[in-house]
Amino acid sequence: MPTSNQTNVSHATNLDINLYRRRKFTNYLGLILSMASMVLGLVALIWILIILFKNGFAGLSWAVFTESTPAPGSEGGGLANAIVGSLMMIGVTALVATPIGILAGVYLAEFGDRSVVASVTRFVTDIMLSAPSIVLGLFVYAILVAQVKHFSGWAGSFALSLIAIPVVIRTTENMLRLVPGSLREAAYALGAPRWKVTSYVTLRAARAGVLTGLLLALARISGETAPLLFTALNNQFFSTNMNAPLANLPVVIFQFAMSPYENWVNLAWAGALLITLAVLLLNIIARVLLRDKKAGH
Amino acid sequence: MSQISTDKSMMEPSMLAVVKKQRIQDFLFHKVTLLFSVLVLVALAGILISLLVSAWPAFQKFGIGFIWRIEWDIINEEFGAMIAIYGTLVSSLIALLLAVPLAFGIAVFLTETCPLWLRRPLGTAIELLAAVPSIIYGMFGLFIFAPLFAEYGQPALQSTLGQMPLIGPLFGGAMNGIGLLAAGIILAFMILPFIAAVMRDVFEIVPPILRESAYGLGCTTWEVVRYVVLPYTRKGVIGGVMLGLGRALGETMAVTFVIGNSQRLSESLFAPGTSIASTLANEFGEADDFHLSTLFALGFLLFVITFVVLSVAKIMILRAEKAQGART
Repeated sequence: MPTSNQTNVSHATNLDINLYRRRKFTNYLGLILSMASMVLGLVALIWILIILFKNGFAGLSWAVFTESTPAPGSEGGGLANAIVGSLMMIGVTALVATPIGILAGVYLAEFGDRSVVASVTRFVTDIMLSAPSIVLGLFVYAILVAQVKHFSGWAGSFALSLIAIPVVIRTTENMLRLVPGSLREAAYALGAPRWKVTSYVTLRAARAGVLTGLLLALARISGETAPLLFTALNNQFFSTNMNAPLANLPVVIFQFAMSPYENWVNLAWAGALLITLAVLLLNIIARVLLRDKKAGH
Repeated sequence: MSQISTDKSMMEPSMLAVVKKQRIQDFLFHKVTLLFSVLVLVALAGILISLLVSAWPAFQKFGIGFIWRIEWDIINEEFGAMIAIYGTLVSSLIALLLAVPLAFGIAVFLTETCPLWLRRPLGTAIELLAAVPSIIYGMFGLFIFAPLFAEYGQPALQSTLGQMPLIGPLFGGAMNGIGLLAAGIILAFMILPFIAAVMRDVFEIVPPILRESAYGLGCTTWEVVRYVVLPYTRKGVIGGVMLGLGRALGETMAVTFVIGNSQRLSESLFAPGTSIASTLANEFGEADDFHLSTLFALGFLLFVITFVVLSVAKIMILRAEKAQGART
């Protein structure tokens, strides 16, 4: 620009300086705002955690782990039945979702590379990952609870599996794709059949990644509340019967937090703390597993 | 196949048996894995069909007009979805308005200005924000955020934005902390990490040479982001935003705690409202036959809406990845 008109040099430099200042200002403003949004995100996380720890530890006591949920109006009580119920449903979900998710992931990564079935499955799986969980609860209610006419732990596990399976499928597929092709070819060259190559070579090489996917899936379902409202519902008493309504932490938290009783609200905070700790722990273990694996390569 | 049969003479019968066995095993393995992956498609079809069947009485009575009827009278069995749809859309839009600029800022910070050693821990912190269960957001919103919002946030909004023409009425009415606006704000923090993660990932795939050329021409960091990175990653960014929208539309717990759960349409964002998901969570327990059917109809509508939004998101992100693959 300065060279375009030699007679206007001083004028042009003046313009340039103004323009330069404006650009610099915009740049600083933009970068400061972006830093501010990062700070805001961090503040939100830390604030939530502080509130959770403060209220959660205040409500936490041994009775939380040894006693069952209190009746309306009665003092004390704990969350023992809800903790056991949640663990049972999550355990069953893990048993169901792991084989299904891994086998479907194997198909997507090893067999159906470009086939239509695989592409469609991949697409639908990705959508199911973010599908509203409450609708999955409705679905299980319609096909299971409404048919047998009672809520049950099985139905709860069914709904949770629908949420967990897509997570396992996608991570399994992604992790299998990271396994170098030469490893597979080496195994084929030794005359190994495809199923042996997949289960003894590829899956074994991607073990840490697949485990990560499983942990993330468990973390995801541990806090799920909405689908359990229509499936497992709740049980005020201690029960390990999967064929009957089963107490579970998320629904207990939901009902207790909205209640007028002070001890119920305290228990809700204690439960919220337990769930969040479990979920964050699972996430951190999953991350460490994955990083170790990446460092190993 | 033919090669094996011609080589038959050269092979020992025992080896041939092994090969045959392995072929059968491979065939079965292939089909079993295929079966499980098709299971996902079956589940999707099952969800759509079973919801539609359960919702049929409601659709039959009100027809397609169910979607825009403004009525929710349980006693007289007069139902329409518009109040819940309005609440769902408005709270999600508020969430997007707040979360998108914040997520963009976070992604820019993580990819452009953040020192390298801090990128990983800060990125993890944002991802952990996504891992916090939604019911925790709900409790936080109800017990901590709503009282503060009623005391400081809402009066401030009413005395500023509430005085402006046109949008003024949006910020009128009683200030008790819970309502559509509060739900939108809580939702914003829930979907923020999802949008930020997608944006960061797509910003990172911008080829360094593009960025460096722009810097070489004398661009400031902001100009590089605004005129190089953002246009290059446009599709991925839109995909991330749509993904966040999909999440916000279907979110139940965080919304149910703070939206107020009232089947009324109000012009004020401070007023309590309801969303599809929170209507389901609140009314399902006490619903009888026909009421239940209308709830299924709401669930069906929610599933269809989120399915469309998430499909668009997925297609956008896929296109962004494809464009990236073609250029490298």
